[in-house]
Amino acid sequence: MDLQSKAPAGDIETRWSRHKFNMKLVNPANRHKYNVIVVGTGLAGGALAATLGEQGYNVKAFCYQDSPRRAHSIAAQGGINSAKNYPNDGDSVFRLFYDTVKGGDFRARESNVYRLAEVSVNIIDQCVSQGVPFAREYGGLLANRSFGGAQVSRTFYARGQTGQQLLLGAYQSLSKQIDAGTVEMFPRTEMLELIKVDGKARGIVTRNMVSGEIESHLADVVVLCTGGYGNVFFLSTNAMGCNATATWRAHRHGALFANPCYTQIHPTCIPVSGENQSKLTLMSESLRNDGRVWVPKKKEDIQKSPADIPEEDRYYYLERIYPSFGNLVPRDIASRRAKEMCDQGLGVGPEVDGERRGVYLDFGDAVQRLGKKAVEERYGNLFEMYERITGEDPYTTPMRIYPATHYTMGGLWVDYNLESTISGLFVGGEANFSDHGANRLGASALMQGLSDGYFVLPATVANYLATAEKVEIDQSHPEVQAAVQSVRDRMEKLLSINGERSVDSFHRELGKIIWGYCGMARTKEGLETAIEKVKALRAEFWKNVRVLGGSEELNVSLEKAGRVADFLELGELMCRDALMRSESCGGHFREESQTEEGEAKRDDENYQFVGAWEWQGEEQEQVLHKEALEFEYVKPSQRSYK
Amino acid sequence: MNQALTFIDTTIGKKIVMALTGVVMFGFVLGHMAGNLQVFLGPDAYNAYAVGIHKLGPLLWLARGVLLLSLAMHIATAMQLVAQSAAARPVAYKVKKNNKTTFAALTMKYSGMWLLGVLLYHLAHFTFPGIAMGDYQHQHFSAVYTNVINGFSVPWVTALYIISMCFLGMHLFHGSYSLFQTVGLNNPLRNGTVKFIAQSFALLVTIGNILIPLSVLLGLVK
Amino acid sequence: MSTINLVLHVWRQTGSDDKGSFETYQAKDVSEHSSFLEMLDQVNETLVADGTMPIAFDHDCREGICGSCGMVINGTPHGPQKATTTCQLHMRQFKDGDEVWIEPWRANAFPVVRDLVVDRGSFDRIIGAGGFVTARTGSAQDANALPIAKGIADQAMDAAACIGCGACVAACPNASAMLFTAAKAGHLNLLPQGQPEKESRTRNMVAQMEAEGFGHCTNHYECMDACPKGIDVEFIAKLNRDFVAATVTARAPLNTRAK
Repeated sequence: MDLQSKAPAGDIETRWSRHKFNMKLVNPANRHKYNVIVVGTGLAGGALAATLGEQGYNVKAFCYQDSPRRAHSIAAQGGINSAKNYPNDGDSVFRLFYDTVKGGDFRARESNVYRLAEVSVNIIDQCVSQGVPFAREYGGLLANRSFGGAQVSRTFYARGQTGQQLLLGAYQSLSKQIDAGTVEMFPRTEMLELIKVDGKARGIVTRNMVSGEIESHLADVVVLCTGGYGNVFFLSTNAMGCNATATWRAHRHGALFANPCYTQIHPTCIPVSGENQSKLTLMSESLRNDGRVWVPKKKEDIQKSPADIPEEDRYYYLERIYPSFGNLVPRDIASRRAKEMCDQGLGVGPEVDGERRGVYLDFGDAVQRLGKKAVEERYGNLFEMYERITGEDPYTTPMRIYPATHYTMGGLWVDYNLESTISGLFVGGEANFSDHGANRLGASALMQGLSDGYFVLPATVANYLATAEKVEIDQSHPEVQAAVQSVRDRMEKLLSINGERSVDSFHRELGKIIWGYCGMARTKEGLETAIEKVKALRAEFWKNVRVLGGSEELNVSLEKAGRVADFLELGELMCRDALMRSESCGGHFREESQTEEGEAKRDDENYQFVGAWEWQGEEQEQVLHKEALEFEYVKPSQRSYK
Repeated sequence: MNQALTFIDTTIGKKIVMALTGVVMFGFVLGHMAGNLQVFLGPDAYNAYAVGIHKLGPLLWLARGVLLLSLAMHIATAMQLVAQSAAARPVAYKVKKNNKTTFAALTMKYSGMWLLGVLLYHLAHFTFPGIAMGDYQHQHFSAVYTNVINGFSVPWVTALYIISMCFLGMHLFHGSYSLFQTVGLNNPLRNGTVKFIAQSFALLVTIGNILIPLSVLLGLVK
Repeated sequence: MSTINLVLHVWRQTGSDDKGSFETYQAKDVSEHSSFLEMLDQVNETLVADGTMPIAFDHDCREGICGSCGMVINGTPHGPQKATTTCQLHMRQFKDGDEVWIEPWRANAFPVVRDLVVDRGSFDRIIGAGGFVTARTGSAQDANALPIAKGIADQAMDAAACIGCGACVAACPNASAMLFTAAKAGHLNLLPQGQPEKESRTRNMVAQMEAEGFGHCTNHYECMDACPKGIDVEFIAKLNRDFVAATVTARAPLNTRAK
């Protein structure tokens, strides 16, 4: 398969505007004749459904939550980047583009990233006009802060709840369209299958999670904005319901899955405290601005109270290894170094599974230097959250942190139009692979979701509708019937196994395998082991899972079982992709490929491509396709933070 | 379905009716108390006050009309709201804690019903000769002083009045402050002061009103 | 690590047609570092092992922001800890041997779907009635063209922090949705962007709230006490004020809205 990005050539600064002009439009009077399905109502899906509804299309939107307002975009704390350059500190569209390509370790498509940076400016305007209460200065203008080690202040924020406020903005616009009848909303409805007719995406099969009813919905175009697959790890900062079923079902129908091994591990999360833990909580990265990361120098100190460890016995490893960036090194480096310390037996905190996994993030110096009040002003709400969860007071005792899975850069492969390899199937937000390469910068996820939802997809979806031949199909079409039947069969299968183990126990075990072998550091042997283990676990799942109840009721176990079944396939592909990519880049660290100082070493000669995998059938190995990446504007260089 | 919704169809509108009619009646109880405290000035002043009020003629009837209308609206609206509130939670909690509210707020409908009953009794007590009186003779309003002394010389009547004034105090304790919130005049800057003043008046009415029957019973006023 | 044992009385109801009742379960060896929902997960694992349907409850982000979770725990929505959602409530708040009563939000406008899961669609409809600023995508002016006083922006943010969990309704002795509606209307009514639609927003959101069958506000302030985000009742006063003003200035009748 030849992967065509369809990005226009020529001057990068005008690519998107030229492309927009060249795209076809749909006459306003005809828009109501087109049916659009949007799955997922986070920033990308919510913004898209609201925009298309308002433009006059017939939209059906779906989410598994009880309300579109609850999508996990809501949990983003830090902020959203935009190249507004309001502080006049040297930012520009080009600089944001440059930083994003570099931050992604040269594994993203330049055209897409430039468009993202360009559109970032409109996003802030749009959100402010919706009433998003961004932080402001006393003069009434918008406030900005520097985020994640960026050298310019380009991050807009609404306290520690930026994601929530942006999502509510999109949700409110969406609610208006729902009330107006242009968007039909299906909450508590899960997409379980894609309907493909004559090679084109024509609809989805859903399950009403309250009544259990299986329904088919048909449309002229299907857009998946269903988020990432971080929950393959079981323990992650994702919401409990986040899943990859929609994208995985599309993948099984022929949509290529790109770069599944690119996962972002966030360094500042609250460590695992026990066997029954269900999720990990992220603490904003901004904590590293004033907190100092350390572990005891001596193994015998790890169980001591941190207050009893004298200054000379503390190892401030980030400050030592990276004198110029210190505690503010990028996420992947901070994460990996923390793992290293714990691997060496210097980890602190409670013992879980025979290990202590945690490092100190100490505000002692900051409290002394700035005073408790100033620290409270900056981090008060985060400290409160920490205390609520751990029962410890970060003002007096250092926080304990450990990395956790946070974001997945990989996703369904899309071209410049965000169209997958299935015609008529578009993918937006975290669900696609498009903009972050091998590592995402802080405050860029919100930007990408809204860019896709408000500005890119409305244009490219319209172009598709205007150019594709309109063919009417109905529910009686054999492909529709077949898709519905396959969903029914799968439910029956899951319910009929009636084995010994709960769905969660499988999920937990899968998470341990992936985290252990395909987490912060990966090796050939480890990945090969993981693939075998996942295969065995998957085989056991289909023989031994226990799902109680029936399909025609609210059945939490049944919902989870379907998702975990897909994770069991996706997990294997992640390992396979990581095995294939024997270089290190961004969030993907292969121990075989590191510099002498232990930093990630890219291999541009052999791996400067997007790895996109094609489904071959049950228990068949996927086939790899490559989209070569070219860098015309930002020349690849080795990242250095020393 | 597409019926026009008037202000007083909404719960906010109804609550504002409650608040405004409450203000009218609060004003009345304040005035009523101030007038009746004249009992401490002796029979002449007190009887003259009663006669003076009756001389107001049409004005008196206007005031009575406004009061009666307020009372009727207050009661009718309260009944609607209570019914609505009951319908809003058809299945009760097995365990429910109230952590913030006051006893007075929770018992508004009960104190309200009690006060309605006592109001009717009070009217009968002092205006309809022969009803609910002890074994003494009801006098014309120009000799109202004697009626008060006689009326409050019966211990159980005095006790009833004192208890009822406590209910009135509770009703006003919640109502007097709550109404500022309901009509939207609350402001965090002034809330403390407003609450203090409003509830001081509530306390004042309670104490002032209790003083009268208590003083009679204790023989301080004869 | 210390663990505790609890006796749970959990509301079980198979669907909206079912009458429902309390069932008693033992929660054994619960780590005090577990969250309340993790404790329920643990109980569910034992229920599944025994062949009993697990307890259904809404939850998603488990970091206190999505607003999915919520149950009345020993008579208090979201449990004993102030300004905390159920998912952020940790078991160190309980003692070994405690009896815990767990009930769903109870309100006519929040019908029980299953066990502790309720339907809060009424909140979405209140937003749909007017809880938005109409802003056509792509037509916005530059964000800094409209300065907003910091105090106003901060106050709007205080209101906008609402997560729509419904604890206010659950806590209110009258099952009133005034705090939710007031927070959502207040956020937009405060901002200059919200002014053009202020009148219709206020009236329509109130009309929808009425149609959904919530109770009235009698200023108990239980809502504020239960609110995991500490939304202040001053926004209720503001909604009352805005509603009176909108009624005074309106030039068209306010229509009832469908549930």
